[in-house]
Amino acid sequence: MRAHRYGLRTTGALCALVVAAVVAGCGSSSSSSAPGVTATSITFGTHQPLTGPAAPGYSEIAPASQAFFDYLNAQGGIYGRKIHLIIKNDEYNPTQTVSVVHELVLKDNVFGIFEGLGTPTHTKVVGFLNSSKVPDMFVASGCPCWDKGSTQPYTFGWQPNYTIEGKILGQYIKQHFAGKKVGVFYQDDDFGNGGLAGIEDEVPASQIVSKQPYQSGTTNVAPQISAIKAAGAEVLVDFTVPIYTALGQLTSFTLGYKPQLVVSSVGIDPTTVGGLLKTYSKGKAGTELIEGAITDGYLPSVAETSNPWIALFKRIKDQYDPGAPLDGNVEYGMATAYTLAQALELAGKSLTREKLVEAVNEKGAELSGPGLVPFRYSKTEHGGYGGAEIGQVRAGKIVLFGGPLLTEPTAGSPITPYTKAQPSPPSSGVSVP
Amino acid sequence: MSLPRSTLARSLGLVLGAAAVLLIASEALGAYDDLQLADGSYYYMVLAGLTVLTGLSGQISLGHGALMAVGAYTVALLIGDEHWALVPALAAAVAVSAIVGVLVGAAASRLRGPYLAGATLAFAIGLPSLAEKYSGTFGGANGLVIEPPAVPSFLGAGFPLERWEAWIAGVGVLAVVFAVNNLVRSGVGRSLRAVRDDEIAASLCGLHVGRVQTLAFVVSAACAGLGGGMLAVVLQLAAPGAFELGLSLSLLTAIVLGGLGSQLGAIWGAAVLVLLPTWTNDIARSFSLSNQVSANLPLAIYGVVLIAAMLAWPSGIQGALRRIAGLARRSWLGSRELDSHSTSGSGGVTHEST
Repeated sequence: MRAHRYGLRTTGALCALVVAAVVAGCGSSSSSSAPGVTATSITFGTHQPLTGPAAPGYSEIAPASQAFFDYLNAQGGIYGRKIHLIIKNDEYNPTQTVSVVHELVLKDNVFGIFEGLGTPTHTKVVGFLNSSKVPDMFVASGCPCWDKGSTQPYTFGWQPNYTIEGKILGQYIKQHFAGKKVGVFYQDDDFGNGGLAGIEDEVPASQIVSKQPYQSGTTNVAPQISAIKAAGAEVLVDFTVPIYTALGQLTSFTLGYKPQLVVSSVGIDPTTVGGLLKTYSKGKAGTELIEGAITDGYLPSVAETSNPWIALFKRIKDQYDPGAPLDGNVEYGMATAYTLAQALELAGKSLTREKLVEAVNEKGAELSGPGLVPFRYSKTEHGGYGGAEIGQVRAGKIVLFGGPLLTEPTAGSPITPYTKAQPSPPSSGVSVP
Repeated sequence: MSLPRSTLARSLGLVLGAAAVLLIASEALGAYDDLQLADGSYYYMVLAGLTVLTGLSGQISLGHGALMAVGAYTVALLIGDEHWALVPALAAAVAVSAIVGVLVGAAASRLRGPYLAGATLAFAIGLPSLAEKYSGTFGGANGLVIEPPAVPSFLGAGFPLERWEAWIAGVGVLAVVFAVNNLVRSGVGRSLRAVRDDEIAASLCGLHVGRVQTLAFVVSAACAGLGGGMLAVVLQLAAPGAFELGLSLSLLTAIVLGGLGSQLGAIWGAAVLVLLPTWTNDIARSFSLSNQVSANLPLAIYGVVLIAAMLAWPSGIQGALRRIAGLARRSWLGSRELDSHSTSGSGGVTHEST
């Protein structure tokens, strides 16, 4: 009798294991020789912070890319292939990024990953994507860690490397705020550290009086801002995502601290930061807290409505993504989508993963489009835009001035002006060299 | 048909059976499903331990996510910085989390009900933030990255990494199945049940209530440490974002939803933890809503499923299955008994009394 009962229980346990295993296997697991690409379509996947600390502003990026692809698809796509984008939410949480990228590659069989967003997030999947030989196009982050073409042949950056941004901002500080005490408030990861390295390369060490990191996810930055204030910094440099730019400025305001603000392009979009300031202060504050801030840009400012690229993006946004504002994030999403479409055009009609990578390696540096400066792409160098133009928040809008500057992330390399004019967008599709 | 009477032999049989099932499953599944199998495996390890704690010894813990973090960071530091081999690193994860379990368990055995829940909750919130406080050692929010486990060369060059990870996690499952199955049927298991059912009666029988409860906490902490260490191996990452309060809460939800106090319930709970988020995401996406809505919808669906499941099956999936099986058996035995009554009149109903 006892044995009989235990027999039943053991059988039950094994049955449960079988069922669990079979249920786990319910997903599709088909594999084809060229994943994610057919004669009429090509599918990319992306991981984005649709919720969580980085969501404000950044959650607009992938839908804007999608809108640009919809615009191209309506014209017949690239070589007759319509571009699809599967957007997955990773909440800016590295652990989630690992899960969703595995799902995109192994279950959804995407052709490649496109504009995966964030430094702490995307660094966790670069190894997997490269060992699986999956194109990892145009990471939405300026971490210097995407530049290594020789060890990570499938990963490409897109926006300027944070050290390049830091150097260009640092040079401006050196020239225009000479001798003033500088405090740096930065995210404690490769994003903040990369930017800080660029600042330190240009600004004399004696001038930097305080360096205060914050952890992504924290809700109180008063200790950092107080420390920077206590050190007597007259210039505050932010390497922050928009939510921490807003938190930092609100904290400064509460402490009665009014330094000259310098913010990297990552954390300054006035629509996003202004909106956050408004929400947090219950309508009492807005863009006036970032008015006068020095920043940089590698795409034309969205305030320049006469720029043909901005006009094009506005037209596409109004038709395919009407709920979104025309801000820096939407511009970013469309501009990246334009570069991907160019790369697909260059890769040719018989598309493979290797051909896409080769196309960017060989011709990527000649690509032109909405960017103010050229890309740095080569076989060994996978970093994106090679520079930026200085800008300032004036009347709640970014105004770029002084002309685009080019440099390399290596310490001590010179900063030189770039004078070639930006081309106009083609009347339809994309144009490639 | 009848199984051996000794607990050890029975556990070994169970382990061999489970090994065969896991092996066949991992071979039959594709790469992504192998990965989900590995995910489910490390969740099972934690849930099996939590079942011992909550189901057997009657204590509640909202802090097991933090114990997983202890295991994960131990493995990540030992493999990443000290270049330990996989097995000793996992053993160390079990040992370190067991030690943490002694400390937390000793405090926990003095607390009851909401105070115990509160203390373990504080542990769940506090411990992962140490990773951010000491970001030099623990890598802050960025976390610690380790290399993927190397697939042994004798398995061939084309052997998928995901299947190898599923195998590693599978071995961990077998170890936990064996250990917990033995423990439940041992004197220790009986002491745990005695303490759970009546602390005064148990202490009159000579049991040291606090010590027994601490032991339960240590066992479940060791399982959570192994699960966390395995998580680090499968994801190649230990980062505080993996061990937020939500994890501890969903672990507790999973054992309740799976069926409290039953080892099979832990398996169902693990399946729920792995599959439910995927399903809710797919459902949310199938509505073709705006991104802002569909990004938040999975959590809402998750909540609705939980409420519905608890209303429909208050004893969890395992309880519901047992009831269905009971009904089926009763009707089958009942009809057979009617047959046998008409011929010999033997009473087969005693099979039912459990």
